[in-house]
Amino acid sequence: MNTLSESLATALGLVVRLDPSLAGIVTRSLAVSAAACALACSVGLLAGAWLGVARFAGRAVVLTLLNTLLAMPSVVLGLLVYLLLSRGGPLGHLGWLFSFQAMVLAQAVLVLPVVTALAMQQVQDAEAAHGEQLASMGAGTLVRSMLLAWDGRYALLTVVIAGFGRAISEVGAVMVVGGNIEGFTRVMTTAIALETSKGDLPLALALGMVLLLIVLGLNAVIALLKRWREAREAQAL
Amino acid sequence: MTALLHIEAADVRFGRVQALRGVHLTLQKGERVALVGGNGSGKSTLLRLANGLIAPTAGTLTRDAAVRQAFVFQKPFVLRSSVLANVALAAWLGGSLSWNAWAQAKAAARTALQQVGLADLASRSARTLSGGQQQRLAFARALCTGAQLLLLDEPTASLSPQAKREVEALVHAAGEQGATLLFASHNMGQVKRLATRVVCLDAGQVVADLPVGDFFNQTLPERAAQFLNGEFA
Repeated sequence: MNTLSESLATALGLVVRLDPSLAGIVTRSLAVSAAACALACSVGLLAGAWLGVARFAGRAVVLTLLNTLLAMPSVVLGLLVYLLLSRGGPLGHLGWLFSFQAMVLAQAVLVLPVVTALAMQQVQDAEAAHGEQLASMGAGTLVRSMLLAWDGRYALLTVVIAGFGRAISEVGAVMVVGGNIEGFTRVMTTAIALETSKGDLPLALALGMVLLLIVLGLNAVIALLKRWREAREAQAL
Repeated sequence: MTALLHIEAADVRFGRVQALRGVHLTLQKGERVALVGGNGSGKSTLLRLANGLIAPTAGTLTRDAAVRQAFVFQKPFVLRSSVLANVALAAWLGGSLSWNAWAQAKAAARTALQQVGLADLASRSARTLSGGQQQRLAFARALCTGAQLLLLDEPTASLSPQAKREVEALVHAAGEQGATLLFASHNMGQVKRLATRVVCLDAGQVVADLPVGDFFNQTLPERAAQFLNGEFA
């Protein structure tokens, strides 16, 4: 009990005085996840919107693959990206293994199906409700998907935040492709795993607190966005 | 007279449901045709078929490609954007879809908003408009595309009496200016005021196709007479 309370007190101290090593890890985590999320969203939102409207042979297969990727364990995905980036792999010439870029790539691949699937669902529902009216004005598949995505932009913002939340809280993929190198590729989740195994609970706890605060902050933003949107919709009726 | 639309022995089937069966309809330029019939009789399906939103599963549909069409739905969809942008979108989609065309589309939208009395609300969010105003916005969309054939799916249903009058006045004005109208309605007073011809549908089939005076004054086929007598909704 003493160990826990002492560790908590030390952890709180690290957070309050913005310990440099803690701040470095947090900043790196935020940078990796933000870059991965931006990359995944720039592709996933467009692809999801298009999939929500387009009807083509093989669409069911694409959706099944997408749903499978949603459930893929991050450590398996990390392994696949590792194989891609390893010296003998198809992207080995980039020399990205155990680097910031490798972690961004792994997290982006992890977040991409989440963002795509959620965006697709949002736009698909909108298409079912309003697609015919846009089609009657002459909007083809691509224009319709972009218009419906634009119309659902507040809901899609929630998708972006959910994607960021998925990225920042994962540990398996960045551990495998980043290597958890101190000062270079150590991020919050990998640092927590390492410090816990070393018995350095204060730093692990401090990082856990920050991670929880970030996730809490993201959820608060989602809730606020939802309330704001509902208020605007209610005002419109 | 020139036929803008010719539907010949058209069937429309959605899975196991046959929405239209053997429908014949020819629409001449300047006609104002009311589609009447009970719920589920096929009025909306016929309008969607005429607009090309659905294809006939049997039979043929011939449209004059040079004639611009616009479809006004019972509950128009407005994007989370300004009134002006919502109307300009219709003109832009009906045009060349280029960035330059957007400025022209906005100019056309301003003129159309003037015509439907919404010019003062051009910069307002379209979602904050009342039902009647949204329906006038939908009319502005139709006007700014220069549509010669207006397809209207119960455009005044579920509107307040005042809004109903305003929208009906727009339909009437469009007809007076030479637009060809094909509209679905449950309101027989409105049909008398607006239509020159009435097509009555029952279970996806045309059971009467008569000039408006004859429809209300002559002996009708059994199912059309039952509809007019209010024996089915």
